[in-house]
Amino acid sequence: MRILICLSNVPDTTTKAKFVNDNKAFDTAGVQWIINPWDELALTRALELKANAANGIQKVTVITVGKADAEPTIRKALAIGADDAVRIDAEPKDAYFVAAQIAEYVKTNPYDIIVNGIESSDYNGSAVGGMVAEFLNIPSVSAVSSLEVANGEVKITREIDGGKEVVKSQIPVLLVVQKGIAKEPMIAAMRGIMMAKTKPLAVVAPQAIDALTEIVSFELPKPKPACKMIDSENVKELVNLLQNEAKVI
Amino acid sequence: MSVLVFTENWDGKFKKQSFELVSYASKVAGMLNTQTVALSIGNVQEDELKKLATYSADKIIKVNNDNLKNLDNQAYTSVIAQVAEKHGAKVVIIANNNTGKALAPRLSVRLKAGLGSAVSKLPTSVEPFTIYKKALSGKAFANVVIKSDIKIITLSQNSYEFSENPKTASMETFEPVLDAIKTNVTDVQKQTGKLILTDAEIVVSGGRGMKSPDNWGPIEELAKVLGAATACSRPVSDEGWRPHEEHTGQTGKIVAPNLYIAVGISGAIQHLAGISSSKCIVAINTDKDAPIFEAANYGIIGDAAKVLPAFIQAVKER
Repeated sequence: MRILICLSNVPDTTTKAKFVNDNKAFDTAGVQWIINPWDELALTRALELKANAANGIQKVTVITVGKADAEPTIRKALAIGADDAVRIDAEPKDAYFVAAQIAEYVKTNPYDIIVNGIESSDYNGSAVGGMVAEFLNIPSVSAVSSLEVANGEVKITREIDGGKEVVKSQIPVLLVVQKGIAKEPMIAAMRGIMMAKTKPLAVVAPQAIDALTEIVSFELPKPKPACKMIDSENVKELVNLLQNEAKVI
Repeated sequence: MSVLVFTENWDGKFKKQSFELVSYASKVAGMLNTQTVALSIGNVQEDELKKLATYSADKIIKVNNDNLKNLDNQAYTSVIAQVAEKHGAKVVIIANNNTGKALAPRLSVRLKAGLGSAVSKLPTSVEPFTIYKKALSGKAFANVVIKSDIKIITLSQNSYEFSENPKTASMETFEPVLDAIKTNVTDVQKQTGKLILTDAEIVVSGGRGMKSPDNWGPIEELAKVLGAATACSRPVSDEGWRPHEEHTGQTGKIVAPNLYIAVGISGAIQHLAGISSSKCIVAINTDKDAPIFEAANYGIIGDAAKVLPAFIQAVKER
């Protein structure tokens, strides 16, 4: 069985929002780039499954759509333990564009399980995974918080509003995973970092695909009014304000 | 032409978010001078379906098929696409919840329709079709133009003010064409008797400042007297003090209640990202410099062990 992890290269989650180019783009000056946190958990789970030979997983590949500046993030995934990597050499225009590129690659390089993080921490689209599945006409399961592989089938726990469902799916399948899929992201060891330098990283030319959406501008949230402080000896006043001023209780 | 809205049901019942969606769809339909078509998949009684008309649906379409008992993303996508095509939908509106996030991207490819997800207000323009959405996990917003002929919007929960505006809706049943289902739900575990965090209008949340899982009694008591759900910060769920379902924040659950009460939570940027859409935030913390006070509307500097009992008492006496 082969697993493909779709990686998004995103600004570190502590990054402050700033924009350039008439507020049309993120200000990436000084930004630390990381593997999208959910994608990192997906990779961790894939490697955990591969570590048990009984699961019959031969290969874990990571794929990303991005220019050469995404390579440090890809190398990090290789250092953590992915076997090889694919970079589709294009600026990610929108989710539809990215998903179409990944799907085109998978059509000629098939995988049994394709995994995406539930959203990217930059554009928060929650979109690429489901789109890839639809392009490939394969089943997809979203909000996946646990994954087991047995007898060529996948057993999944899916989070629903106020509960969980256990789902079995035929393969190939695309999974959109969230918190819970792995406990802690795996960390690259020194040996992994050395090995990552020589692991295969294929650079693939993109297909001609039109984006369906375009960001015209970013803006910051409206500043909140200053916090109204209430004396800790006078909690009654807080309840009064919540009831009569904010009208939320 | 129409605006199509997919309304999920829970054991045959709609929730507030279903009505929020239909109201929103009817406003978008108004902007486009067209009608609102509401689609329901599953076993929903006529009386319940009629409630969709109370929130301005012009047409209600019911699909009830045994193969659609469980959510299969391919099958549901196919049904929504068939209805969208039949009724010439120009815009399809879906909730930005787990189900919506599973279906909207597939539908986007199926209909070759650009997707605007986590939208929090009405389109700012219909020509070009421009939506306003969350970006950088709530640290920013983006104005996005959807260029395709058909558009898909997922609406963030509790982001849109709405009220009843009854219409006389027609009702019809639709028989979809379905392929073989490739996923199979073998077990369902539902939490019972507990308010669902993402549905709650009030959330009481505890952080590491609570010091020990044994100190959660007052958090639960305050939640009870307020009719609130309980939540926690990431360190608390990582430590195993509380179940991970309660973790709110960027990598946990994103919530948008009317009132979020943060007790002993310092307010790391990742936590704030998960709660920034709350209408009102109360912070209780011993550290006057905690960043949570910058995000909060009301704050108390003090120890939870002293403040919470007084808070509970004051709520009971109001």
